[in-house]
Amino acid sequence: MNFLDRLRGDRRSATAAKERLQLVLIHDRADFPPGKLEALKDDLIATLSRHVDIDTKRVNISLTQDRHQQRLVADIPLAPPRARRKEIR
Amino acid sequence: MTAKAATITSGKGGVGKTTATANLGVALASAGYRVVCIDGDIGLRNLDVVMGLENRIVYDLVDVIEGRCKLRQALIKDKRLADLYLIPAAQTRDKTAVSPQDMVKLVKDLRTDFDWVLIDSPAGIERGFRNAIAPADLVLIITNPEVSAVRDADRIIGLVEAEEKSPPKLIVNRVKPEMVKRGDMLSTVDILDVLAIDLIGVVPEDDAVTVATNQGSPAVLDARSRAGKAFRDIARRMNGEDVPFESLESKDGFFGRISRIVRPGGAS
Ligand SMILES: Nc1ncnc2c1ncn2[C@@H]1O[C@H](COP(=O)(O)OP(=O)(O)OP(=O)(O)O)[C@@H](O)[C@H]1O
Ligand SMILES: [Mg+2]
Repeated sequence: MNFLDRLRGDRRSATAAKERLQLVLIHDRADFPPGKLEALKDDLIATLSRHVDIDTKRVNISLTQDRHQQRLVADIPLAPPRARRKEIR
Repeated sequence: MTAKAATITSGKGGVGKTTATANLGVALASAGYRVVCIDGDIGLRNLDVVMGLENRIVYDLVDVIEGRCKLRQALIKDKRLADLYLIPAAQTRDKTAVSPQDMVKLVKDLRTDFDWVLIDSPAGIERGFRNAIAPADLVLIITNPEVSAVRDADRIIGLVEAEEKSPPKLIVNRVKPEMVKRGDMLSTVDILDVLAIDLIGVVPEDDAVTVATNQGSPAVLDARSRAGKAFRDIARRMNGEDVPFESLESKDGFFGRISRIVRPGGAS
């Protein structure tokens, strides 16, 4: 590893550019900016929490795209059983 | 003769539209086609200086459209090539002086006398861009290997598709092979991975372009210029020739991947 590689933590800037580009294009094409996605996530957490205990810190919502379809993908982990029991008590 | 109209556009400014228009015009005319280049950047006339024809201008595009001169009076003949002409933009007007229908009519009047009508689009997605793509049979989208320029190209692809034009083609300009090899510049393959578009050319960063612009003599005329060679190849592909893509960026794989991604064939 040369000096420059160490300086940037061995991450090539072209890789960063491509990843940023992919993300920005997904949001551009859906006309759904990242800030709105965050707001949606907060609403979703609030709604879901009325029904089930969820691990709010690990909730992940993202926009994805394959060739023909854009979709919202939500990964909503439930709170660990122990934590849930504690709250009930 | 019935000309094909090709518009060179980009979204982002300064990526090389005017340079590409001048070079493709010279390349096509050198190959024996009758070519007219139209400067669509009304208010920011530039194609004249890049082609070295600024001292010959009498009438401009808006003069033709508003009927102050005949079409052939606004056709400026190139100094070097018998079959190359320029219609300059008006410098003291703005884009609203022209409508998309005006451009369609103008290009229709040119079609019988030329093989190619090349239109240099202004940056942006407003009226000037609409004017420039209205008459196009072929849209060439030019970008640089940078996040912002590629993002804007994606937007333009969407707008061109919404116009129900034939699929646009991509030119990647100002590629620095050394930076790509080092992993510090987006490669053409990276760009094609994220954009839904076919490639028609890859143009390297080349000091000869600056020198050429200083002299008003497009780089295509310089046999040693690598950018000039790339523009000559694009001109051949525009005419349907299956010209292999030179491996600018790396020895491993670029060739193979590009030939898989790109469907051969030209303007249609
Ligand atoms: N392949 C290249 N190598 C080196 N310099 C280049 C190359 N292509 C373009 N340039 C330079 O980049 C600058 C911008 O080019 P150009 O004027 O053609 O862009 P443009 O897209 O027409 O800009 P605008 O949006 O302002 O109309 C010019 O100085 C030009 O000489
Ligand atoms: Mg320009």
